[in-house]
Amino acid sequence: MASETNELGDILDASDLRAAGAAHTVTLTLKIRRYNPEVRGDESWWDEFEIQVDPDDRLLDALHQVKWYHDGTLALRRSCAHGICGSDAMMINGKNALACKMIVRDVAPKVTVEPIRGLPVLKDLIVDMEPFFAGYRSVLPYLINDSGEPDNERRQSPEERHAFDDTTKCILCAACTTSCPIFWGDEEYVGPAAIVNAHRFIYDSRDEGGRERLKILSEKTGVFRCRTTFNCTEACPRGIEVTKAIQDVKRSILFDRF
Amino acid sequence: MTTFHTYDAVIIGAGGAGLRAAIEASDRVRTAVISKLYPTRSHTGTAQGGMCAALANVEEDSPEWHAFDTVKGGDYLVDQPAAQLMCEEAVHAVYELEHWGLPFNRTPEGKIDQRRFGGHTRNHGEAPVKRACFAADRTGHMILQTLYQQCVKRNVRFFNEFYVLDQLMVDGACAGVVAYELATGELHVFRAKAVLYATGGYGRMFRVSSNAHTLTGDGPGVLFRRGIPLEDMEFFQFHPTGVYKMGILLSEAVRGEGGILLNAESERFMERYAPTVKDLAPRDMVSRAIFQEIREGRGTGPNRDAVWLDVRHLPRDVIEEKLPDVTEFARVYLGVEPTTELVPIQPTAHYAMGGIPTNTDGQVVLGEEETPVPGLYAAGECACVSVHGANRLGTNSLLDIVVFGRRGGKHAAGFAKDADLPDLPERPEGYVRGMVDGLLNRPEGANAADIRSELQDSMQDLAFVVRTEESLRKMQEILDSLRERFERVYVQDTGKMFNTELMEVVELGFLLECADALVAAALARDESRGGHYREDHPLRDDANWLKHSLAMRQPDGSVMLSTKPVKLGPYVPMERKY
Repeated sequence: MASETNELGDILDASDLRAAGAAHTVTLTLKIRRYNPEVRGDESWWDEFEIQVDPDDRLLDALHQVKWYHDGTLALRRSCAHGICGSDAMMINGKNALACKMIVRDVAPKVTVEPIRGLPVLKDLIVDMEPFFAGYRSVLPYLINDSGEPDNERRQSPEERHAFDDTTKCILCAACTTSCPIFWGDEEYVGPAAIVNAHRFIYDSRDEGGRERLKILSEKTGVFRCRTTFNCTEACPRGIEVTKAIQDVKRSILFDRF
Repeated sequence: MTTFHTYDAVIIGAGGAGLRAAIEASDRVRTAVISKLYPTRSHTGTAQGGMCAALANVEEDSPEWHAFDTVKGGDYLVDQPAAQLMCEEAVHAVYELEHWGLPFNRTPEGKIDQRRFGGHTRNHGEAPVKRACFAADRTGHMILQTLYQQCVKRNVRFFNEFYVLDQLMVDGACAGVVAYELATGELHVFRAKAVLYATGGYGRMFRVSSNAHTLTGDGPGVLFRRGIPLEDMEFFQFHPTGVYKMGILLSEAVRGEGGILLNAESERFMERYAPTVKDLAPRDMVSRAIFQEIREGRGTGPNRDAVWLDVRHLPRDVIEEKLPDVTEFARVYLGVEPTTELVPIQPTAHYAMGGIPTNTDGQVVLGEEETPVPGLYAAGECACVSVHGANRLGTNSLLDIVVFGRRGGKHAAGFAKDADLPDLPERPEGYVRGMVDGLLNRPEGANAADIRSELQDSMQDLAFVVRTEESLRKMQEILDSLRERFERVYVQDTGKMFNTELMEVVELGFLLECADALVAAALARDESRGGHYREDHPLRDDANWLKHSLAMRQPDGSVMLSTKPVKLGPYVPMERKY
């Protein structure tokens, strides 16, 4: 597979091409809600940054450009940068989304970025996730099956597998929970994401903990707080039908399907 | 202020390997998991295609065939006993995950479904075999969630958003680690009998990478600075199908399900490079084929530096049931509708075959004699067992993390049970305190983003799919100057709370360490094998190079290289054809 030449020039050609491809940019103004108790105490404020950015880039790339070249103190969480790790949920133009799944061309020329609501803000776009994970842990989010394990796999038909497919997609980004008006007003409510993760096990044919989870979710911190505003479904970056999952659980409690 | 903790076992990193080790260790001894991210943010979650095990649920298969494929796929640099062990334990590992609730796709009979994957074949290369167990194209997500769920069930102690910056050693044995707490900027000393590193890869040293921003070689970097050698660093996997420009992974499962690669002339060019398995050749071969097509002018896209991935002919239900995420990536990030349009792709820096040298119990080992370092362990991508040799087969990384995460966690717990609590060195946090304060107190200096950007661009141009002595020498010069600039790097944020700028600078430092080792080892290895392709030495040279490299940081800052033999077995090295 070796070619005739082995000049360094050949290898470097690639970088010239990349430079040519990177020429096209647009102007983007980012209005970012800031909070840094070490600097300004309890007061939050707005900063605006105007940058040049490739319209095909992610909003996360634009935030990086701000952080790397304009203001190193800007604090945000991110990791995978393609919508799987769930780190960078934020409120973008008033709606919850992942910054890494928002493309610049869809928000230019101006975008407003704030932290997700209902969890304590710690610094800029970083919120305290502990209350969120406490809700998650409260619904017993793991397979419960005390009937013993076979030598190989437990059998499950494709249809049984399909019954809980949607809720297996959850990445725990908190976009749904922090879009919920009930959650904003009531920190006791476990919130949509916790219910999604309960759903994932309640309807898994291999699980035996459904009754226990339904009991937890029938309490006053559970599913009946939901007022079906559908904010959660709209906010979910994985396209999970969150409100439907909550309704499934409500129905199972009311009609005792277990 | 420094806080002191004492544990029997400390696990660093909460991806698949770290969580699997934590499950094993926490049942036995007092265990803590330290992770710079929330566990579910770990990069295991982005693995897509599957996890191979010879269950023979769909087609005849055997662990022995799997081992052969792994050795051949790794271009015979694989330690064969380790690969045999992994492929045998694979079957139980899959059943165990299923018992813990992992929602695998199912066959009509309700068994775990399996599909084809690159380099995995029936009876020593006869034809592709259905060996990959999968959950749609989010198998890694399901593994990460399942393992985390098991940790929640077991009440495993996590220190989330704590960043380990130094390894403590006393008399050549592990004594603990020092971590920086992101929320507060405080330092924490963890005194521990056993420490297991599971920090993942370092793909962020390249411009186009499938890796998370946070994959910066932290574990290898920490240990390299403390005189632990790094093994086979020249072997880095460039995955053929990354999203054009962004590098986001488009799973090999796309080709496993029947997707094909086309050049600008709409030719299925892999038929020329690998006549038997075609588009399902191992990743190193496909990436080189793409590079060759582009170089010979048959690339596509505005710069003719891409090729097409074509799934238009696949049934709709296959795309929706088995490849939903991958198709969504094409829609979101490329604005392309894959059911009717071609998807532009290019090779993307994906996986480090090399890393911290370990044996099959996860013990970190030194030198040709492979002497274990008491109490020190590593597992997963940051480690080098070596089961992947010069090129990892698709799906074998998910297998690696659960098999060797378990083995490492178990051995570490056993060791910690019997060992005495080690003494700490004097002022154990001193080195990290100096590093952090040095950065925070520097009034001006070099911009870290510029250094990172130059590192990524030059590694992409000079040490990517194709390398030469000349390109690597140039890269070494660039690295010397980047390291010199890094000594003067400046942090604008001087605060203590969530100083993510400081964290990114420290990460860049670890990337530079790993790049140094990679380039030095790549320059020395004047042959081509697996993911390491030297255009000036295009053939494999078993007479001189059927051996692992070890790169070791010297007190004067240079990198010293040595070698150790490959552990051979039943499979005699032969020419690698597919």
